[in-house]
Amino acid sequence: MTVRTAELLMALLMGAFSIYLMVKSAELPIGWIDEEGPGGGTWPFWLATIMLLSCGGILFNWFRKHGSIATSTRTYIEAHVLGDVAAVAGSLIITVALFSFIGIYGALPLFLIFYLRFLGKHSWSLTATLTVLIPVVIFYFFEITLKIILPKGITEPLFIPLYKIFF
Amino acid sequence: MLEILGLLLQGFAIVFEPQNLLLIIGGCALGLFIGAMPGLGSVNGVAILLPLTFLVPPTGAIIFLAAIYYGAMYGGAISSIMLGIPGASTAVATTFDGRPLAKQGMADKALIGAAVASFVGGTISVLLFTFFAPPLAHVALVFGAPEEFALMMLAFATFVGLGGDDIFKTLFSICIGLVLSAVGFDIISGEPRLVLWDITGFLHGVNFLVLAIGIYGIGEMLWTVEEHALGGGKSMLSDATVSVKRTVAALKELVVTWKSTVLGSLLGYFVGILPAAGATPGSLMAYGLAKQISKEPDKFGNGAIEGVCAPEAANNAASTGSMLPMLTLGIPGSPTTAILLGGMVIWGLEPGPRLFVDHSEFVWGLIASLYAANLFTLLINIAFIPVFIKVLKTPFTILAPIIFTLCLIGGYAPTQDLHDVWLMIVFGIVGYLMRKLDYPLAPAVLAIVLGPLAEPALRQSLIISDGEFSIFFTRAYAGPIMVIAIILLFLPLFKIIFDKLRKPSTAEQ
Repeated sequence: MTVRTAELLMALLMGAFSIYLMVKSAELPIGWIDEEGPGGGTWPFWLATIMLLSCGGILFNWFRKHGSIATSTRTYIEAHVLGDVAAVAGSLIITVALFSFIGIYGALPLFLIFYLRFLGKHSWSLTATLTVLIPVVIFYFFEITLKIILPKGITEPLFIPLYKIFF
Repeated sequence: MLEILGLLLQGFAIVFEPQNLLLIIGGCALGLFIGAMPGLGSVNGVAILLPLTFLVPPTGAIIFLAAIYYGAMYGGAISSIMLGIPGASTAVATTFDGRPLAKQGMADKALIGAAVASFVGGTISVLLFTFFAPPLAHVALVFGAPEEFALMMLAFATFVGLGGDDIFKTLFSICIGLVLSAVGFDIISGEPRLVLWDITGFLHGVNFLVLAIGIYGIGEMLWTVEEHALGGGKSMLSDATVSVKRTVAALKELVVTWKSTVLGSLLGYFVGILPAAGATPGSLMAYGLAKQISKEPDKFGNGAIEGVCAPEAANNAASTGSMLPMLTLGIPGSPTTAILLGGMVIWGLEPGPRLFVDHSEFVWGLIASLYAANLFTLLINIAFIPVFIKVLKTPFTILAPIIFTLCLIGGYAPTQDLHDVWLMIVFGIVGYLMRKLDYPLAPAVLAIVLGPLAEPALRQSLIISDGEFSIFFTRAYAGPIMVIAIILLFLPLFKIIFDKLRKPSTAEQ
């Protein structure tokens, strides 16, 4: 896909999103209400309208081939880059999906092992050190010091003895 | 004048509390590190680390984040000089002459020049700040809703008029930020609003940190993954021999640069105040100015020390400059200060001119901390130059998973809802894809922070005027501000018309 094609698709997608936002804003009154001023939907409605008009402007420039992006025939994401970016983005998505099931202390080590060992090609000893160290620091800093309880999923019962020590 | 000095002394008393002192030193060191890493700048550091500051009181938190901001401005120069890759976009101009100096074996001279110039730039701008801010805040005390809204319009208009990006994409970015800030509840009627796809997670709104970490954490890292794939990971690290003797010799040579450093500082400070401009254009302009006033302009680009000093003085001065509108008017002067402003809201402070009256210890603690941060960063920087050079050798694949981990937890911490973590990932990926198409994203971050303040200001103004928009033009302060904002908004259009008019006349000749 060329940059020019990506530009068109992005403008169409964002245009559609703008229309959705306009419709959604209009669920609340978008006109003037006596004694109350502008209705609750007015502000987002007109902003979404400007968004839509901006997308129209981007499309207009696309059609008349104006600007470096609209005329670019470069590949949008080069094949060898796509692999790396997709691997990183994909591993993040899987990690977050796993948060609800095996918890942050199950998912995070898996992510770290994948990134350090398989993407970074670091030694097993370095991978193991960081995989143990990072979650421990996170637990101590966020859960103990800041008292922000992170998602545990099915690993929740394992932490009860730990809570008893610290709280 | 005496009153200001008194308040400043009170500020110093806060800064010298042991905890705050530690926060400054820690923040400076961390900022230097973040700035030195290619791809990470002050805005990324502040966005990713803001959730960590829930631990300390607001004054400590802002002091810590401001120190990171400051340190990152110094640190950017390190990789510009040693690697030839700007450590942050604000240090682009430093590569022009810093890199040639390093190649000639004078990396230490360039590094020390950058550090000292940053110190001078920082100090001049903090002095200006100390004496400008209180009168400005005092004037702003009479501002009502129409003035507040006019100011925000001005902030957005600077992006359109002076930002230099595609106008439509800039407008889109501003509006999407504002709409995202309207998600959740209508503040006046209390009805749920814009609950997208009826997902209940949107009921608590879109936290600005989710967007900021999405764009500046996840999105930025994906961008860096791409750059590394393209760069092939080649190391071009220069060597620097640092000794006390060479440092003293380098310091002596810096005396000749005083003029470009001082001018760079002043320029950087005033450019920094503008929301759309900031440290990057400020430092580029300072570089141009230094070249113009130089007696040997040919040396520029081939290792002129003035070419390192001027932009480094300017970017530090700009970071202080951008705090002026943030503290006095509640309008951030840069994406980093936008995040600081959002942080202030989280810590329960209401941004705006009343900050100087209601939370004077917060304001003066911050101002005094800038003096201290400046000094500490200089000392840490010069003392640990060899350490920072080693840090640059840290492989990206070790740093990246640590930053991603901080992003994931940083997105979760403010609301403790996994919905926000998902949203952050979406913002990160979409932001990365948009950035590849030259959509400017800083306006969106500024807008999501200002949105919750802009909407009530607009609605209150319209209620006062019974729906007449003329209220923005007939009041003493709001009128001129609004007119300037509108001129800026239409500036690109004037330019097009002007170019069209000029073209036929040049064709005739």
